[in-house]
Amino acid sequence: MTERPQSVSTWLNTRLPILSAFRREYVEFSMPRNLNYLWNFGAFAVVSLTLLILSGIFLALNYTPTLADAFSSVETIDRQVASGWLIRSVHMGGVSMLFAALYVHIARSLYYGSYKAPRELVWLTGLGLLLLVMITAFAGYVLPWGQMSYWGATVVVNAVNTVPLVGKPLASWLLGGEGLGNVALHRLFVLHFVTAFSIIGVIVLHVATLHVTGSNNPTGKDLTEPDQTVPFHPYYTTKDGLGLCLFLLVYAALIFFAPDFLTLSDNYVQANPLITPSDITPEWYFAPFYAILRAVPSKLGGLILATGSIVILFALPWLDSSTIRSARFRPWLRVALPLLFLAFLALGLAGMSPPSPFWLWISRAAVAYWYVYFLGLLPMIARREQASRRKEHF
Amino acid sequence: MRRLFIASMLAFPAFAAHASTPEQRGLEVFRQVCSSCHSLNHVTYADLGELGLSVSDIKAYAAQHEIPDGLDDDGDPKTRPAHPSDVIGSPYLTAGMARMANHGGLPPDFSRLAMTQKGGIRRIIDILVSYTSPPEGKKLPPGSYYNTAMPHLHIAMPPPLHDGQIKYTDGTNPTVPQMAHDVGAFLSWAGHPHLHTRHRTGLFVLSYLAILSGFLFVLKRRVWAKQTKKLP
Repeated sequence: MTERPQSVSTWLNTRLPILSAFRREYVEFSMPRNLNYLWNFGAFAVVSLTLLILSGIFLALNYTPTLADAFSSVETIDRQVASGWLIRSVHMGGVSMLFAALYVHIARSLYYGSYKAPRELVWLTGLGLLLLVMITAFAGYVLPWGQMSYWGATVVVNAVNTVPLVGKPLASWLLGGEGLGNVALHRLFVLHFVTAFSIIGVIVLHVATLHVTGSNNPTGKDLTEPDQTVPFHPYYTTKDGLGLCLFLLVYAALIFFAPDFLTLSDNYVQANPLITPSDITPEWYFAPFYAILRAVPSKLGGLILATGSIVILFALPWLDSSTIRSARFRPWLRVALPLLFLAFLALGLAGMSPPSPFWLWISRAAVAYWYVYFLGLLPMIARREQASRRKEHF
Repeated sequence: MRRLFIASMLAFPAFAAHASTPEQRGLEVFRQVCSSCHSLNHVTYADLGELGLSVSDIKAYAAQHEIPDGLDDDGDPKTRPAHPSDVIGSPYLTAGMARMANHGGLPPDFSRLAMTQKGGIRRIIDILVSYTSPPEGKKLPPGSYYNTAMPHLHIAMPPPLHDGQIKYTDGTNPTVPQMAHDVGAFLSWAGHPHLHTRHRTGLFVLSYLAILSGFLFVLKRRVWAKQTKKLP
């Protein structure tokens, strides 16, 4: 006797339950009902990354990673390759949109305490993603081999060289021994690809950890009552969809009507190791860290403080011992945290301005506040909150 | 309709074959003046089609130039006429030859000059129209020319434009400011490839997304309307 004919979906699902998993995680998945639009930015980051990877594949088809041809192959993409200008703009604009989405996404986590138990792994994988995105963006920026590509890379290589003991061997090992030459350019091209695709893998981890604990929400309290939650579909598919459409509007306005707004015109001059540009400026998304590098008189000190400013974030779930998540219920944090955001913005502005005593002192004050906040203020505020909580219990 | 169009083009050849846009006139100035020193290393002859040049004009322009084509069997350098897909390139074979011909200075490439020159096109036009004779007693460094637009009042480029120097095919009066503005338009076109297409596509994409946003706004409102309880 034969079995009753099954539908294709049942046949597939009994062998590989991707359909029921999708339904469980993206259709019926229970979401807090009170998420605001700041919760859209994770989706924005995923969409910009997807566009970056797709456009990147088409760029790679036309790009030549050699000193002689890199610059002109990019010009060819912009001029002669069919729709090359569009694909390159999507790629260039995408980086800025991705970083903007990531910075807002991280700021939201900081404000609503999404890094706290039980979501520490969501936070840690997310920071890992930030680092990977930064490495990818750096490697990618070198590829067009313009003046800023070359001199920006020189700044980074010099910074790595200052690390005692390992710095110089590490730099020459990574660059293939001949400094920023053909071998280095080819390696950076491969690195750009490898890190870009490993980002996808880490995103899977990031989302998987999120789906174990569920989303935080603006109150920071665990919402479990049935009337406090809604299924992901149709509620957040429509809300994310609307937000995404507005995000794409900004993205499109940027690449079609202000393509030069986010890029430095110096990078349309071919790299020339003999001519240093009058001021080396990084892209805006690296500006805060560049400002830290510049603010410290010692090269090594600058490097330590710049990398430390991100490394310190990894310890955040343990620096902040308060059990209250959302800043909504943390009056001290509602003052201290916006100041931290302000310090980050000030560092960004300082990194994009020509070095002057004014900006130098602004960035020194900002970087000092960055460390004071994470190592002093935040632990102190947390301890005070815990103490007053205990008092309430008595 | 089409026949009428062709007939009118034949009746008024000035409209069909002759320069009329600033970019086209700028190309004429480039071909007759600038290109004897300056290069267009990334723009191909075929790219000029975007300015409204016909295929046969482009082929004829390209064919005027001989470009290096490797070595022949005896090891002697060979040349061939350029194809439309070749870059317009430099009038000099090497950067060293360009320097030698220009008092040690390298005439900048035109491909992205509109973008990379500080001050952009307006600055370039300003330089082109600011050549005058130096005031009495003014000593200029050897190989340089008096130009009021430069910070030190001198520039290595000899005055490139003179009134009536070229003959525009559309009959425009070739004054120095006229030619400077036309060259500016041409450089702007070269420095921002596909700008018109970019804006046209952009308008379409933005309107599409704006309309979609409107629909999604209504959809989201209708879906969430079922959730009437106050949010925590």
